[in-house]
Amino acid sequence: MERPLTKNIHAGRQPLSLKEYVSTGGYSSMQQVLKKFTPHEVQQLVQKSNLKGRGGAGFNTGMKWSFVPMGEDCPRPKYLIANADEMEPGTFKDRLLLEGNPHQLIEGMIIAAYAIQANISYIFLRWAYKKAAAILERSIQEAYEAGWLGQHIMGTGFSLDMHLHTGAGRYMCGEETALLNALEGKRATPRAKPPFPQVSGLFGKPTIVNNVETLCCVPHIIANGAEWFQGLSYSGDAGTKIYGVSGKVNNPGAWELPMGVTMRELIEEHAGGMKKGYRLKGVLPGGASTDFLTEQHMDIKMDFKSVAAAGSRLGTGTMVVMDDATCPVGFLHNLQHFFAQESCGWCTPCREGLPWVEKLLLAIEAGMGKQEDVDMLQMHTQWLQPGNTFCALAPGAMEPLQSALKYFREDFDRHIREKKCPY
Amino acid sequence: MLSAEEIKSIDHEVAKLPQKRAAVIEALKIIQQHRGWVSDESVTAIAEHLNMSPAEVDSVATFYNLIFRKPVGRHVILLCDSISCYVMGYKHIYEALQQKLQIKFGETTADQRFTLLPNACLGCCDHAPALMINNDLHRDIKLETLDDLLSKYT
Repeated sequence: MERPLTKNIHAGRQPLSLKEYVSTGGYSSMQQVLKKFTPHEVQQLVQKSNLKGRGGAGFNTGMKWSFVPMGEDCPRPKYLIANADEMEPGTFKDRLLLEGNPHQLIEGMIIAAYAIQANISYIFLRWAYKKAAAILERSIQEAYEAGWLGQHIMGTGFSLDMHLHTGAGRYMCGEETALLNALEGKRATPRAKPPFPQVSGLFGKPTIVNNVETLCCVPHIIANGAEWFQGLSYSGDAGTKIYGVSGKVNNPGAWELPMGVTMRELIEEHAGGMKKGYRLKGVLPGGASTDFLTEQHMDIKMDFKSVAAAGSRLGTGTMVVMDDATCPVGFLHNLQHFFAQESCGWCTPCREGLPWVEKLLLAIEAGMGKQEDVDMLQMHTQWLQPGNTFCALAPGAMEPLQSALKYFREDFDRHIREKKCPY
Repeated sequence: MLSAEEIKSIDHEVAKLPQKRAAVIEALKIIQQHRGWVSDESVTAIAEHLNMSPAEVDSVATFYNLIFRKPVGRHVILLCDSISCYVMGYKHIYEALQQKLQIKFGETTADQRFTLLPNACLGCCDHAPALMINNDLHRDIKLETLDDLLSKYT
């Protein structure tokens, strides 16, 4: 079983230096691309590989790149941004790649920038990742010194600058267009789409924003081909995936596995099963903003299509396990407190709706809820659907709520009936 | 008034960007690094330096939760209160911290040693519960070793 993204990452060891990365074959894809590929050929190869965005949306990466205006007359400069603002609660996969093999990301970014002919690139890193910040700063410097960043890379006509930008907090910064506002020094509120960032992004110029894990796949696709990448997977969605499990399991962690392993294999084998005395009650398969799955879904494949067919989303692929000793209403209240707090306040349904949801859940959890409160929660899951809000934050917040009302309705009713938390 | 050193650091950031005002978040972080927090006077000084209005600077400063618009203690504890840490019992850690330090979220100890703040997911959910003190990440926090941990920060 191949693990292209993490085979050179070992827990407890220092991250690979540029020299070490080169000795594992690193930067050879970049050299090949700059010497032998046209930008269009890179776009086509990545599109053919069926690499889909690993930040949660699951859109074909090569296709995303193909929307960037190309040619002599296109607006310049164009920008490439690595979204390293990993803030989805329950998600800790990009940290592994950033702290373990930073040059893999830098090489992926150079290739992606070449594919869209961007000359300026940013890594947008979340504030809390202090160790990753120091590692990336040093690694970018190494790449400049090696001549793989800067003017006329390897004597070609292609130039690329790379900057590290660390944030100042807020979940909203992970949303593509809000991230652009944050990079421009503004409040991280989302922008209307269209125009899409590919056409009018950072400072009004064509911009691509890709997730860290997505960019880390790119050098391997160049080196081994589209068919190899598809062959890594157990399913129709290509490649490997960095999956994670947290909660009351024996061995919480993150592992690179073929795309499409089952939830059962992840929880029972890799995460070592539930801790003694606990049973699995529900799973958020891909971070806080995904619908619950339950024990009946243990054998579904963890790929974009299969998880969607089961009524949820693969999201970031890092799952949170809810055990039977954790109150689902309290669990939900924690999630909705997060979303209400992180709402940027730009659009009314999200700014007003989420705190309302949070208060209703708090009341129910404390045994002060009424039956109408559950109906009101149900209505919010309709009111805050996509199309009613400016971005995906509030609709994302409704995913665990609507599925909790479906699977754990009895827990809500019991709180109301018994006028206390039964947990 | 900004110090010469602060101006130098801010201008270093400005040079990387096509618009001066785009460096405002960096400027706020630089000031906070030097002064511990961002006062009204600091907001005005940044605004003058970047050709912005103080209200514009403040709208940005108050948006980002890690820009402190109030004084903080010598050490800032950021306790993760997101979902994996909730499942793994961050509330017990919070209760213990409240008892030991006699402060709640958003407060600073009387001796100015610690400020305690909640923080969204710190991205190490496989080692929950987690917290940060200043720039240091601490994982798998246990009640029994909390005193030891705090004693490193004087």
